[in-house]
Amino acid sequence: MQSATVVEADRLAVGFARVLRGVGISSPLDSVLTFVQALGVVGMNDKDSVYWAARSTLVRRPEDLPLFDKAFRVFWQQRESPEFVQETALPFTIATDDDSPNLNDGQSGASDDPLITLRFSAVETLREKDFATYTDDEMHLAHQLMSQLRLAGPPRQSLRGVKSKRRGMRPDLRRTIRASFAAGGEPVERRWLEPGQRSRRLVLLLDVSGSMEPYARALVRFVHAAVAGRQRVEAFTLGTRLTRITRELTSRDPDRALLLASSRVQDWSGGTRLGDTLRQFNDRWGVRGMARGAIVVLLSDGWDRGDPEMLAEQMARLHRVAFRVVWVNPLKVTPGYAPLARGMAVALPYVDDFVEGHSVEALEQLTKVISRA
Amino acid sequence: MLARELTTADVRSGLATHGYLTDDGLATSVLLALSLQRPLLLEGEAGVGKTELAKTIARWRGADLIRLQCYEGIDASQAVYDWDYSRQLLHLRAAEASGEARASGTDALEGQLYSERFLLKRALLRAIDNTSTTPPVLLIDEIDRADDEFEAYLLEILSDFQVTVPELGTFTATTPPIVILTSNRTRDVHDALKRRCLYHWVEHPTFDREVSIVQARVPDVSLVLARQVAGAVESLRSLNMYKPPGVAETIDWATALGRLGTTQLDESIIEATLGTVLKYREDHDRVREYGISTIVQAAFDRGLLHG
Ligand SMILES: Nc1ncnc2c1ncn2[C@@H]1O[C@H](COP(=O)(O)OP(=O)(O)O)[C@@H](O)[C@H]1O
Ligand SMILES: [Mg+2]
Repeated sequence: MQSATVVEADRLAVGFARVLRGVGISSPLDSVLTFVQALGVVGMNDKDSVYWAARSTLVRRPEDLPLFDKAFRVFWQQRESPEFVQETALPFTIATDDDSPNLNDGQSGASDDPLITLRFSAVETLREKDFATYTDDEMHLAHQLMSQLRLAGPPRQSLRGVKSKRRGMRPDLRRTIRASFAAGGEPVERRWLEPGQRSRRLVLLLDVSGSMEPYARALVRFVHAAVAGRQRVEAFTLGTRLTRITRELTSRDPDRALLLASSRVQDWSGGTRLGDTLRQFNDRWGVRGMARGAIVVLLSDGWDRGDPEMLAEQMARLHRVAFRVVWVNPLKVTPGYAPLARGMAVALPYVDDFVEGHSVEALEQLTKVISRA
Repeated sequence: MLARELTTADVRSGLATHGYLTDDGLATSVLLALSLQRPLLLEGEAGVGKTELAKTIARWRGADLIRLQCYEGIDASQAVYDWDYSRQLLHLRAAEASGEARASGTDALEGQLYSERFLLKRALLRAIDNTSTTPPVLLIDEIDRADDEFEAYLLEILSDFQVTVPELGTFTATTPPIVILTSNRTRDVHDALKRRCLYHWVEHPTFDREVSIVQARVPDVSLVLARQVAGAVESLRSLNMYKPPGVAETIDWATALGRLGTTQLDESIIEATLGTVLKYREDHDRVREYGISTIVQAAFDRGLLHG
């Protein structure tokens, strides 16, 4: 596929997965990804081919077929109608005529329009709810809540200074010269530097191993909200290997961002070798500069199948260069868990803030820790 | 033709040449399984053609068929590998008798005993450890009969196409096999395994396709009779039976009728041959209750060529 088509296939797949979610058929990201690949094989123009590609990648029970068919029909109509806007993130659902009252209650049953009815639990209870018990709809809403979190870190006195038009302390020679070249050599307005207030870099390391499965789904959305909503953020996943997902997560469209990121990550729900992957991070990025003076946030339950000494050693290295090391553990609230996990126990001495991460509310607390740091 | 260059039409015609008639949906699933190298899970009632599809893919692609028939209690030693204990024992005795055992030491002897020549490769390992240029078709048949631990095991193998034998090392597929899993859905296959696979729910064929299948499989039966048989089966399937007739039964029935020189269905010939179609006494009772004459009527209507 050419890359333009890949983007289109992504859009189509994400858009349709969204419609499916609206009717209550959940599509895990890896299935959506397979759908994208399938579109690469059968193309995107022929309705039947797209239908079958979607069906063989996104349906897993015959009971879902009637709803799936309806969802596809509506989706395709929308896609063909001229005013279809690709990017609509509207929660989008479909009226069902199989008189199940809970799907379209409160709606005037007479209309044939596709109806928009996603029912969410009340925001307040959702904020405290454990991610592991989320439904897909709740996950969706939680993502909206998370995107409202502000992760601005504390400013940091910059040595380099930032660009300014005000006359300040030091002339910015380089910019002055460049501007003068652009003006054909004419002397131009002087440019000045003023001491900058830059926010600290925030580095997020998300554990995507099997034991984190119920949380990683939610936390990756938090990480996306951070990357999309703040400057100087870097994001990686840890599992059996290290994967940088910063670039993938910069897409504004959350579903697309997650799709891109998950296509990069090869080790979703695999094993964990925290020490080993942390060493890869330190060697290749962290100690070389990225973690220096940064707020480093690890999101992990601390279950580790690797060598605990390696983990301790790497945590120590990280702690030496970072401004602050924050460990977010979604299992922290689980009674009797605390630092029992072997990995967690050896890492704790090098952790400045040990916080919860199992709910939206816990993540709100986390943003406070980060912005206070 | 390389898998990546195939189209749905190629799949349909390729399979048809080998006697298997598909619709676009099934053909698309097969196409995707071949080109994305993903396992394909076929679910559907017994007799809709799941097993036959895997066999036909192998014939069409000129590939070896490696079949793993699942059953309750199947485990790794039957599905992946086992050591050939009796031959190992023989070897050990011989080594002891000849004095070689003492001469070469226990480590060396153990090395000999756990070498590839005493390894019994079962279906899954054979599918992975293949050297042919055309990847084999691995048919994992009736997965719903195995226990869920076995599914977890399969999931692992189907994720990385590797098998580790601690004494020997890791076998890795150079080209992953074409994997077809089937389930009659006597229980649900675990979602994690389903997510690893492409999925196709196989239905009984439509009337027209079933007529074509009968014609392809039982060429000496007339078109009219083929249509009547397919029509009768269609109406039998609507009766909510214990075991609704599958394509296999349609073919058996048409074959039997052909041998009897039947040209048209009637009540007495249906009475006489219904045993090839229905397997349970309860289902026979249900048909009698419904009325064989009603079935003859339906068959007759469907048999009309202009209908
Ligand atoms: N689409 C088809 N084209 C040709 N023959 C078919 C088709 N579907 C089923 N059959 C015939 O029906 C028989 C039963 O199919 P089988 O694959 O054993 O069913 P299942 O595995 O679903 O129980 C096969 O032997 C085959 O001859
Ligand atoms: Mg079978």
